[in-house]
Amino acid sequence: WGCAQEDRGRSPQRDFHILFVPRRSLLCEQWLKEQGVLGSFIHREQYSLDLIPFDGDLLSMESESAFKECYLESDQTSLYHAAKGLMTLQALYGTIPQIFGKGECARHVANMMIRMKREFPGSQNSIFPVFDTLLLLDRNVDLLTPLATQLTYEGLIDEIYGIQNTYVKLPPEKFAPKKQGEGGKDLPTEPKKLQLNSAEELYAEIRDKNFNAVGSVLSKKAKIISAAFEERHHAKTVGEIKQFVSQLPHMQAARSSLANHTSIAELIKDITTSEDFFDNLTVEQEFMSGIDTDKVNNYIEDCIAQKHPLIKILRLVCLQSVCNSGLKQKVLDHYKREILQTYGYEHILTLNNLEKAGLLKPQTSGRNNYPTIRKTLRLWMDDVNEQNPNDISYVYSGYAPLSVRLAQLLARPGWRSIEEVLKMLPGPHFEERQQLPTGLQKKRQHGENRVTLVFFLGGVTYAEIAALRFLSQMEDGGTEYVIATTKLINGTSWIKSLMEKLEPAPF
Amino acid sequence: MSRARADEEEYWHSSKFRAFTFDDEDDELSQLKESKRAVNSLRDIVDDDDDDDLERVSWSGEPVGSISWSIKETASSSTSSLEGRDSGLQKGSSSYAAFPKQVSSYSLSSLFKGRNKLPSFQSLSDALSDTGVKNYAPELRRPKAEYKDYSSDWSPKDTVRRMQRGKVCSLERFRSLQDKLVLLDEAVAGHDGNVITAVLIFLKRTLRREILFRELEVRQVALCHLIHFLKEAGEQKLLLDLLRFLDRTEEVALSQYREHLNIQDVEKRREFLKGCIGLPFSAEDTSHIQDHYTLLERQIIIEANDRHLETAGQSEIFRKYPRKASILNMPLVTTLFYSCFYHYTEAEGTFSSPTNLKKTFKIPDKQYVLTALAARAKLRAWDDVDALFTTKNWLGYTKKKAPIGFHRVVEILQRNNAPVQVLEEYVRLVEDVETRLNLATKYKCHDVVIETYKDLKDRIQLTAYKCKVERGSAEEEKINSILNNMQIRWKN
Repeated sequence: WGCAQEDRGRSPQRDFHILFVPRRSLLCEQWLKEQGVLGSFIHREQYSLDLIPFDGDLLSMESESAFKECYLESDQTSLYHAAKGLMTLQALYGTIPQIFGKGECARHVANMMIRMKREFPGSQNSIFPVFDTLLLLDRNVDLLTPLATQLTYEGLIDEIYGIQNTYVKLPPEKFAPKKQGEGGKDLPTEPKKLQLNSAEELYAEIRDKNFNAVGSVLSKKAKIISAAFEERHHAKTVGEIKQFVSQLPHMQAARSSLANHTSIAELIKDITTSEDFFDNLTVEQEFMSGIDTDKVNNYIEDCIAQKHPLIKILRLVCLQSVCNSGLKQKVLDHYKREILQTYGYEHILTLNNLEKAGLLKPQTSGRNNYPTIRKTLRLWMDDVNEQNPNDISYVYSGYAPLSVRLAQLLARPGWRSIEEVLKMLPGPHFEERQQLPTGLQKKRQHGENRVTLVFFLGGVTYAEIAALRFLSQMEDGGTEYVIATTKLINGTSWIKSLMEKLEPAPF
Repeated sequence: MSRARADEEEYWHSSKFRAFTFDDEDDELSQLKESKRAVNSLRDIVDDDDDDDLERVSWSGEPVGSISWSIKETASSSTSSLEGRDSGLQKGSSSYAAFPKQVSSYSLSSLFKGRNKLPSFQSLSDALSDTGVKNYAPELRRPKAEYKDYSSDWSPKDTVRRMQRGKVCSLERFRSLQDKLVLLDEAVAGHDGNVITAVLIFLKRTLRREILFRELEVRQVALCHLIHFLKEAGEQKLLLDLLRFLDRTEEVALSQYREHLNIQDVEKRREFLKGCIGLPFSAEDTSHIQDHYTLLERQIIIEANDRHLETAGQSEIFRKYPRKASILNMPLVTTLFYSCFYHYTEAEGTFSSPTNLKKTFKIPDKQYVLTALAARAKLRAWDDVDALFTTKNWLGYTKKKAPIGFHRVVEILQRNNAPVQVLEEYVRLVEDVETRLNLATKYKCHDVVIETYKDLKDRIQLTAYKCKVERGSAEEEKINSILNNMQIRWKN
């Protein structure tokens, strides 16, 4: 900001405008005022973006701090905006007749929605409801899933390289165009930036598959594309040639798409076949299947001793804690001591945050609920089929995301069948109905799917999205899902948002 | 008076919430009257071309002699005067002579607020844009209801509503405590965080601290909001006072501890940490804070000492391996590594000796051995490594053991390019046979492989291993002699 001041001194003709996205914050303005620069901005506006469409079935608020604010600071402002986003959605797509929810935040959002509807009766519209059901889920109902390493193609890209607003930056070496006789002299140094969404046919096909099933799809595709290019030899008449040529752009796009994803798959494979990835995954799966969650884990200790990245350690110890309903005090103290001695005492602050969020805490009740939850909801499936999955557990090669299981069971046979387990999970669960104007009550035709909007309050992972898409395309599944969230996350970005910022503020 | 006015003007433009000044609300009315007068006199020359934007009444783009031209003139001069004033305020100079003139020009330009498509607030500073494409609408064309702001009473509920929609609202009219609390409760009921924060800022400024704290204690949502706000705004002192009032002692302690990150100077940081020790942390955390302080204290001593040694140039180790970074603020284990690297042989009495560190911080054997191993291996001090694992039992025999698996030892040695003979010695000690074989094969410790296969009585593997050794080497001979040994009862 100091620069802005200086800058003006140099070029008084320059105008400064400030555009707050997604909304102006009073705090920002206060701070700007205190710095004495607020008045220098000619124009101060906000560009309200509540829910941003990321794909045909995915909306996100991209609010990084939502989880931290709601669960650490008890500041539910982002939920207010979620409710507003939902009101906008209803204005466009019709009132949602049924609202289900689990969690404190879910309850709060539902209450706000109902109240907002009451206070703005003019918003009643005559649109046939597109959504039959809204399911609001607190992230802290399922703290486990984001901690585990995702194993879908898209999930792994996010875990390893980080997908930002559907773009990913990749190491450029594998993407250098192969030119004859150049011999790799001019290797690109800029990371390769690719956009990833369902508009790309091949990507839409492989994104939600378990990574181990991607290879065969790519090789099949390679054969098809080769064959298609071979067609040019068979085109004899002008008409046939013309037809071939008209297909050419599409085929070229397909070929380039295939090349890109083959390169990405190779990059990922280098990582997934590494010893460290395997060891890490083994420990994760041990925890998730309930093995040895009550003692200090050797692999974690080794990693600390070798000073692996702190976030990796935190993910593992939090995973263990969640799978044990909290760690025994001795085990927790042991881990904390090792972490503080190895990474620095200042991390006390982060560890404190993690405890507050329920991720790394002492076991209070003396009993571990996780095995019951795991068994009742069938969270660990031994006989997982990665190539041709029959259950959502394929996204973690054995672990079925708890959140998605809840959605699945809600649709069929309903939550009454899991009352006991629901009580073990934090927060209230509830059902609300919203009145539809007469004449708009929809009667689903036989065979027509219900549409459920699942709103994850606090973040959602690509693996969970893949699992919900899997349910959508299941034969006689009965429900199609659209996903909304406050933020697209993975374990690393999620834990990072809870870490205390350790550098002194630049201001 | 003019100074207060200047501040007020600046704040007027920069915030939709008015500052509490000594001036009364009447001032706004007089301002408004002045504006109305100014506009009335201009009405004749108002140019009224609409552009394609339905919502706005726009001026033509022509700059000559028209209102928009005069606005631009005003805008550019007021922008520069704003600058002037900003720097003026900062330098403390008092070139305020120009201000009275500026007041009226602001009033004039305040007439021509741009209206935007996006749901937004109205700002006087809108008028200061001179991009030439900006459209202005005379204030008077606004529905009269807008002006009710300035003189009539909005109820707390309506005030909150207006704030939620981003409209200008003066909270000053809520003078009594009762009113303020009702306003706060309404804001909380409205759920919009921005509005709640705005009201809290107002209350923070206009209420006595004790009263504010007392009232917030029973209003959880508002309380959480204020705490979050104070954290974000960095208002540490008020935050700590609030937390103390609420008896949230651990949070007070942690909050205060967090401050140490902002202290760059090492001595000051050390002092600060010392002060943190007595704070009401949990029992576990207290010992960590104590350790943090002790560690930094030691590091300062070691750093000073070592820097001296380095510059003196007498110490061999520092000459051979010049330090890449200072040890200050490094974690404990890193410090231990440093100590094992540069001060390994020192007696326990010195602050920089590894054994002293181990004792002071109760470093477990496992961690100690690992770190010492890494340091000595880096220096290729194989004898030291040896000594780490050698213990004499009561009979006087030496034997090797380690609190960590020997496979880890081998890994670390290998990473530091230990010679094969050294590696072999430790591979031999790996208990698990499969691991031992894997490591031995991987690192070409032929003797160990051979011995192990011999122990396993696995003829096939041993024979197969022959191709891994050099022709005519001692190892090949060894394999052959073992294979030819009639006394061994081979498994296969």
